[in-house]
Amino acid sequence: MSIKANANVQDAAYTSFYHDAFVRLKKDKVAIACLVFIVLLILVAIFAPLIAPYEEGYQDTSAILEGPSSKHWLGTDEFGRDILTRIIYGSRISLSVGLIAEAIAVTIGVFLGALAGYYGGKIDAVISRIIEVFASFPHILFAIVIMFVLGTGVINVFLAIGFVGWTGIARIIRAQVMQLKEKEFVEAARASGGSDLKIILRHLIPNCLSTIIVVVTMAIPSDIMYEASLSFLGLGVQPPVSSWGEMISMARKYLRTNPTYSVFPGIALVLTVLAFNLLGDALRDALDPKLKNL
Amino acid sequence: MLKFTLRRLYQTVIVLLGVTLVTFIMVNVVPGDPVAVMLQKKADDATINRIREQMGLNDPLPAQYFRFLTNAVTGDFGNSYFQKKPVMELILRAFSVTGTLAVLVLAFAIILGVLMGTLAAVFRGKWVDRVIMMISTLGMAAPSFWLAIILQLVFGLTLKWLPISGLRQPSAYIMPSVALGMIYAASLARLTRTNILDAMNQDYIRTARSKGVGEFFVVAKHAFKNAGIPILTYLGTLIKSILGGSVLVETIFSINGLGRLLVEAIMKRDIPIIQGCTVYIASVFVIANLLIDLTYGLFDPRIRVAGPAKR
Repeated sequence: MSIKANANVQDAAYTSFYHDAFVRLKKDKVAIACLVFIVLLILVAIFAPLIAPYEEGYQDTSAILEGPSSKHWLGTDEFGRDILTRIIYGSRISLSVGLIAEAIAVTIGVFLGALAGYYGGKIDAVISRIIEVFASFPHILFAIVIMFVLGTGVINVFLAIGFVGWTGIARIIRAQVMQLKEKEFVEAARASGGSDLKIILRHLIPNCLSTIIVVVTMAIPSDIMYEASLSFLGLGVQPPVSSWGEMISMARKYLRTNPTYSVFPGIALVLTVLAFNLLGDALRDALDPKLKNL
Repeated sequence: MLKFTLRRLYQTVIVLLGVTLVTFIMVNVVPGDPVAVMLQKKADDATINRIREQMGLNDPLPAQYFRFLTNAVTGDFGNSYFQKKPVMELILRAFSVTGTLAVLVLAFAIILGVLMGTLAAVFRGKWVDRVIMMISTLGMAAPSFWLAIILQLVFGLTLKWLPISGLRQPSAYIMPSVALGMIYAASLARLTRTNILDAMNQDYIRTARSKGVGEFFVVAKHAFKNAGIPILTYLGTLIKSILGGSVLVETIFSINGLGRLLVEAIMKRDIPIIQGCTVYIASVFVIANLLIDLTYGLFDPRIRVAGPAKR
């Protein structure tokens, strides 16, 4: 009875924390604008076939490498494909990289970070060294080598970027769990017979949730950039699938004939990254100001 | 401090071992026979097997790793499959190019970033601050490879002020350095601003002001010095990111640096180069980080005694 009452009090504190944070976030006009932009982008990605002016692979052979016109708002590429259409379809790749790759990174990072922080000692020393080893490779370079190992393709891009990005979150979760495990509620959980795994999954990780949200939001733009970079180098998403990075790479050959070809996919990329960056900043201020120097 | 130095050295060695192991495992799980790749399928099975034997590729993997490691310690990463030259020679030649570029990028990012960040902090809330913060927010969202293309388009093709590619004249370094350095200048500006504002709220700044120290010296001497440590911490990550980012910029500007060497090796499946470049770049970062950790003491006497807090 009393335990249950206690749990309710904790729940109330828990929801009011997120409620407060949400109230704080709502006051931030920039953050709301970014959120609206991201939601719109997600809708565009989902309903791409309905929104895009042309079919994805449609080639208008009468308009090759043309600049913006009323027929093709953002111009056409070397096959006469509509650039706006390809940018719309490209958003699917960028957003799914943000989602799937980050899910992979978070799973590995939270799991290893929590283990290191909770157990400390030798386990911590080993995991910390593993983190350091993987953090020693520049992200983009490591992703390139993984793409070499796995071969090109959309799924492999997700895997490579996910596998590259877990070290940062592992470090942060490790430090947080280290602090949290000294708290009374963990001791109480242990006293009432909770196993280590249950304590980590039910008590420690949920308490890191606000940090995880902030870190994920701030990591998504980097993931989007890594995908664009890989595809730009020809090691990521392969044509004819539309990806902003791949489009910029192709556009590079036609800087003289159609200069705006390279500009538009880049603007899409910059706006998306900007929206996630600013939203991440606002979430951090609302949820976890301690992460200021991230 | 000595104990701290020794522990840091020990950790560095462990991490470097890990780096070689991870790299070795990755390039060795790639399907396909490197010898067949090297001979481009022109040889019969017996020849391939003889060469595999000569190169030690028929040995068990742990033995191969051990040989790779002992050779790597002496700076020997084997020979390139296609260029028939020692990998280390190719790496060093490419690194002299990438290193120069990296130093320029670093200088550009630090000078611009710290200057802008300080200005923004001094004029907090004024229009100077707002403009600088707006530009840096945009700068952090612009990928280097796209920025590079826009610069080529504007300053190379349209205005014809700067060469579009190569490094034949000193002015050719400008566009690659700016394209790669912009994102770091932007994040350094934000970092510097935050840290100076934090330092300005500290008691010792109030003391300095009350002593009658001019505002310029307050910022230049006290705030700046204390804002230096987080920036120094960021420097390691910065070096790592620049070495990674050079892959893209070198490809765009046709610069024969380390990044391009690696990407071309990947296209051709030249495993010794891939292996060598990866280990080399990671080692540069690990050693740079070690040096940074050991120089903290110069900035902060508190650390000189106790050793830096674990990050």
